[in-house]
Amino acid sequence: MSAVLWLLIALPLGGGAVLALTGPRRGGLVPAAGVAAAVATLGAAVAAALTRPKASAPLFAGMEAGLAVDGLSAVMVVTVAAVTTAVLAFAVGEFAAHENRGRFFGLMLLFAGAMLVTVTATTLPLLLMAWEVMGATSWALIGYWWRQPERAEAADVAFLTTRAADLGLYLAAGAAMAGGIGSLRLDALPDADAPWLHVITAGVVVAALGKSAALPFSFWLSRAMQGPSPVSALLHSATMVAAGAYLLLRLVSLLDATAWAGPLVAWTGAATALVLGLVAVAQTDLKQLLAASTSAQIGFMVLAAGSGGVAAGTTQLVSHAATKSALFLAAGAWLTALGTKQLPALRGAARVHPLVGVAFAVGALTLAGLPPLSLWAAKDEVLAAARTESTALYAVGLAAAAVAAVYSVKAVWYVTRPLPADAELGYDTEERGTRRVAGSTPAPLLALTFAAAVLGVLALPGPASWLKGLVGAQGEPSPEPWELGLSAAVALAAVGLAWRWASRPASAGLSRAAVRWTHGWLYLERAARLVVVRPVLGLARTLADFDDRVVDGAVRQTARGGLAAARLARRLDDGGIDAGVRAVATGARSLGRWARRPQTGLLHQYYAQAAAGFAVLVLIILLVR
Amino acid sequence: MLTVVTFLPLLVCAVLLLLPRTLPERAYVWVWITTAAVDLALVVGVWTGYDTDGGMQYEQRVRWIPSAGVGYHVGVDGLSLPLVALTCLLFLAVAVHSLRETRRVRSYVCLFLFLQTVSIGLFVALDLILFFVFFDLSIVGMFFVIAGWGHGERARAAALKFFLYTFVGSLALLLGFIGLYLAADPHTFDIVDLTRANPLAGRGLYAGLVLLAIGVGLAVKTPTVPFHTWLPPAHTDAPATGSAILAGVLLKMGTYGFVRIAMPLLPGSWRHYALVIVIVGAVSVVYGALVALAQTDFKRMIAYTSVNHMGYVVLAVGAAGTLAGSDAQARTLAVTGAVTQMVSHGLITAALFLLAGVLYDRGRTYTMDSYSGLAAHAPRFAAVTAVAAFASLGIPGFSGFIAEFQIFTGSLASHAIATAIAVTGILITAALFLTALRRMFLGTPRLPETIPTGIVRDLRKAEALSTVPLLAVALVIGIAPRWLLDVIEPASRTLTGLVAR
Repeated sequence: MSAVLWLLIALPLGGGAVLALTGPRRGGLVPAAGVAAAVATLGAAVAAALTRPKASAPLFAGMEAGLAVDGLSAVMVVTVAAVTTAVLAFAVGEFAAHENRGRFFGLMLLFAGAMLVTVTATTLPLLLMAWEVMGATSWALIGYWWRQPERAEAADVAFLTTRAADLGLYLAAGAAMAGGIGSLRLDALPDADAPWLHVITAGVVVAALGKSAALPFSFWLSRAMQGPSPVSALLHSATMVAAGAYLLLRLVSLLDATAWAGPLVAWTGAATALVLGLVAVAQTDLKQLLAASTSAQIGFMVLAAGSGGVAAGTTQLVSHAATKSALFLAAGAWLTALGTKQLPALRGAARVHPLVGVAFAVGALTLAGLPPLSLWAAKDEVLAAARTESTALYAVGLAAAAVAAVYSVKAVWYVTRPLPADAELGYDTEERGTRRVAGSTPAPLLALTFAAAVLGVLALPGPASWLKGLVGAQGEPSPEPWELGLSAAVALAAVGLAWRWASRPASAGLSRAAVRWTHGWLYLERAARLVVVRPVLGLARTLADFDDRVVDGAVRQTARGGLAAARLARRLDDGGIDAGVRAVATGARSLGRWARRPQTGLLHQYYAQAAAGFAVLVLIILLVR
Repeated sequence: MLTVVTFLPLLVCAVLLLLPRTLPERAYVWVWITTAAVDLALVVGVWTGYDTDGGMQYEQRVRWIPSAGVGYHVGVDGLSLPLVALTCLLFLAVAVHSLRETRRVRSYVCLFLFLQTVSIGLFVALDLILFFVFFDLSIVGMFFVIAGWGHGERARAAALKFFLYTFVGSLALLLGFIGLYLAADPHTFDIVDLTRANPLAGRGLYAGLVLLAIGVGLAVKTPTVPFHTWLPPAHTDAPATGSAILAGVLLKMGTYGFVRIAMPLLPGSWRHYALVIVIVGAVSVVYGALVALAQTDFKRMIAYTSVNHMGYVVLAVGAAGTLAGSDAQARTLAVTGAVTQMVSHGLITAALFLLAGVLYDRGRTYTMDSYSGLAAHAPRFAAVTAVAAFASLGIPGFSGFIAEFQIFTGSLASHAIATAIAVTGILITAALFLTALRRMFLGTPRLPETIPTGIVRDLRKAEALSTVPLLAVALVIGIAPRWLLDVIEPASRTLTGLVAR
């Protein structure tokens, strides 16, 4: 039984490693092999979802590396494998023959494999391993075109930001150990002793928010747009950002174990959904708009997790994965064909490539939350869960839904304009466009768009209760009919208003500073650089200087002191001791000279000396007596 | 058996010196490679015959200077066996890497053979004086490697600094050993006997002073802040092979001394001063990482990351000495992590230093800003360096994560704040390695003026064969660590039991 599970992770990880090692050689075979591996993985995922296997192996003292597919994991593995397959099928036509496709397809499979391990791991160490491998492969994927320095730098920003948040998981693991959960099993974490329980929860929440690009970590997602479009399509939909949301959904019981975690997560999610939605509205670059919208949509999943809506969050996650990957593939198809992703330059793009245009429009309207498309129903599931927590939360969520309609329509408005006569002038600003849509584009694009449109069935009463049973959340609220109606009305009104605004000069009535601020992703990256990066670099330089001058200086001074002591000793030795010895010798010699002088060999002098001596002796005897 | 493993390289060295000087230079290196391979095979044999729960094994005890309580006593357990294997593997890698060495090859090979005997001898020694002799001889051997084959005049200065500094450390160590000897009844230098006797139990200040002497001696060798400043110049000016052995094997002598001597022989004082040790460890971690972040010289940067990585080991052994707040599982985890970190750092940092040697060989400089976009010229070199860098920054899938995760998880319970501070070390190392990779390998290709031809040769066969296997072993440990942990864990349990008594 567990063979399916090992296969599920070994196929993408092993296949990815082989392809990555192949590198630029056998360029023609690589894409086919990559897609084949993804299809096989999808097969394994479906089999795993049906059979629900479990597996484990010993890892550390008292800790297992556990893998299992339960209801939530079943949904996740199928979603991840399906989106990966579609994106890789699309990517077949994306790269020129001279590019290193082995590296690309290999890393994509490794990345997807890491996500699959993340969503099936039952113990914290294994989850953390997959979690970080995902971050490392995302670095290599975002920086795929490494010759351009800004892309390499973007990869660094993305990896370092997510890893900064990942530190939370390291601390959570230690805290779980300290709190008496020696097995580090995910399902046992809520039983940890206070105060460690709070540390675990805080660590998990920070790591999840960082990965899911929620506030205040959102900026890395903007930078991640420097990667190839298929990377964005995968990274922003079923993997990476979704991993953060998944972790929170998985550990809802942990959030419930403390009083503060649920509301904190819910409010962060709601704020992200609203504020990043506004950021998306302000973007003029299609991929940046989609990136901000990802962050905002993930915000809904975070909101769901914070409100205890596991089924709602899962529905949102799956629907959004299909929608956003389709949108990124469409944007990528245009970028390849027209060489631009700037919205003003993309006017009429939908008319030039109607198939991509239709797919994009359907995807964007899904994103807008229009009925009966999937995200409409999914979002209402989330809002229903939020309403049980607080009405304010519900209101913010509803406002965020309206904003979602605005940014989606903004994108649709541009691409459906009539083609301007001077359209060619705006093309080829980012890369040299091919002016055609690759043959590998339509199938995956349409499949994902279809899924995006119809996955709303998951929110219908029958499938919804099935899903709730699947993820073990039977008691969760479903949206009332009036809620569905209200959100539909809000979405339609927002769409209408947005369409009218778009037709007129934009940003009327908004201050220019506010527009710049939202356009610049709230200057979050600048703030992070100012508050964290610069002080750390400054401290590093100061310490390096301190190390050279003070620490090593002390060593050098000690050595110098040793030499000085040696010189002093030499002086003492030469001028003191040796001088003394010499003085003794000289004295002895002069004494000898003195002693030699009376011995003249003349008899009369000896008589005189004897007489003098005798006189002295007599004198002494006389005196002594 | 262990005696054979230990003295085989020295024997070969002696034979080589007796042979006529007319032998071609490459022949010496091939003899060395063969010797190292045979030695490694012997250690693999020892490993397969090792009973994981059997405590000290392959023991051999011969009278040496009985009047002074000194004996020739060797043996391996779970703490030393991985390090012996690491030593043999690293010397084999370095031997392969040396195939292109052309300067005074005969003495070079003999020196490294001598160093191998000394290094293995230290890890199997179970007598303090035997340990001390090998400890000192390693300094002597490495002095000649740095001075004789380093980068010019500066290397001689660096070698002198290295020698004097670590020699002072070893003197402190000797002082501590004599303190232990005098306290034992009957007087002995035997580590096993001293461990059993625990002669300084309840001897307050005297025990503290002995620990201070031993601690300082080992801290210089490890090195920990603030005794680390001999390390950067020694590494920067040493030949790549010398750096690899210095970082991979010689630094471990310090940390190994903690788990073999300081902890089991002075458990009371170790527990008493655990907080000091933990603080030194945490400071080394963060300080080493920060100073490394500010470096502009690639090799110097790697040297400072060694301070950071060894800091984790010190943190873990310190935490293992704190009974309050932690249970036996956590402490065992910390010690296992520390020993794993020694192995892991040996593999990964040795590979990094060898790769730094490749960089110097191509561009004659370590200055990172001299290079840009090297990946365009040397894709395989870039890929291997990137893998080594990621392994070193502790990415899961490589041994570094296995070590650091255990260290953090085992240490947090008893020293939450110090561990939380130390955890930031993995973020700073990530930043510095990514920056280094980006500066040198990514971006627009630009070469230093020292390469007028504009051609950079990619990794040669010998260079690949000496680095990739090291990373492969790190990968195997990172994915399936049980074969290593099964050996280390019982010994860690024994050690935590000894510390707690």
